[in-house]
Amino acid sequence: MSVEINVTGEVVTAYLSGELDHHTAKEMRQAIDAAIELNMPTLVILDFKGITFMDSSGIGLVMGRYRLLQKTGADLHITETPPNIYKVFRLSGIEKLAKLESR
Amino acid sequence: MIKNKFTMTLQSRSFNESFVRAAVAAFVLQLDPTLEEISDIKTAVSEAVTNCIVHAYKEKLGNIYITAEIYDDNLLKLKIRDKGCGIENISKAMEPLFTTVGGERAGLGFAVMQSFMDTIKVRSAVGKGTTVYLTKKISQRFNVNG
Ligand SMILES: Nc1ncnc2c1ncn2[C@@H]1O[C@H](COP(=O)(O)OP(=O)(O)OP(=O)(O)O)[C@@H](O)[C@H]1O
Ligand SMILES: [Mg+2]
Repeated sequence: MSVEINVTGEVVTAYLSGELDHHTAKEMRQAIDAAIELNMPTLVILDFKGITFMDSSGIGLVMGRYRLLQKTGADLHITETPPNIYKVFRLSGIEKLAKLESR
Repeated sequence: MIKNKFTMTLQSRSFNESFVRAAVAAFVLQLDPTLEEISDIKTAVSEAVTNCIVHAYKEKLGNIYITAEIYDDNLLKLKIRDKGCGIENISKAMEPLFTTVGGERAGLGFAVMQSFMDTIKVRSAVGKGTTVYLTKKISQRFNVNG
């Protein structure tokens, strides 16, 4: 599990990799939230290209970041989503909260 | 007729979430599943095991009991059992977005199990524990003799 953060202007991109479950979600959340607090972005992109597994803990992670960003009105995008992860997101209706792009 | 079976018992430590789903996936390989079927099964198992850790035992340690069985016609049956707090209202707990833990949980674990497996059955008694039964028929892709 790892999170790499890239900041360009007002955009924070978090490149997530590894398995996203209840065991790993907390560390990912802390890394993403630290970058949000530090940079006050207007757009946060969660890049799922490197994620090999995700269960509903990943949906909880995205929903939690959506709620956090609502306070400042920033947008949330989910990009490069592999097919098996995309399937979990589709079931959750997360598209209503964040722009969802498959790989 | 039953063709193969494995059982295991593990402590409710969050590290074991990845271990259990990998073990079940490896067991299922004998049915020659598609990548999508493996992913579906891993996700459903992860939901059930995580629920034992997060809800049944909360922060305490307890045992999680896993059984996987293979029957004729590529039928997989899974059983995930805990001896934790139990569920008061099962049909309510299974509603999408219902969660008793606010914040970082979506309330979609049962919805994922329901959608990614063919059948789900939940038995639970408050103070005694919960058993989740999951089944899925794995597609028979090629007609290999034997
Ligand atoms: N093994 C269990 N023991 C006790 N309660 C359970 C168990 N499994 C589920 N529950 C109860 O059912 C509710 C719904 O479970 P479900 O997995 O659908 O959502 P969640 O675990 O709350 O959130 P998510 O799975 O999306 O992270 C839980 O909030 C919990 O109250
Ligand atoms: Mg759950």
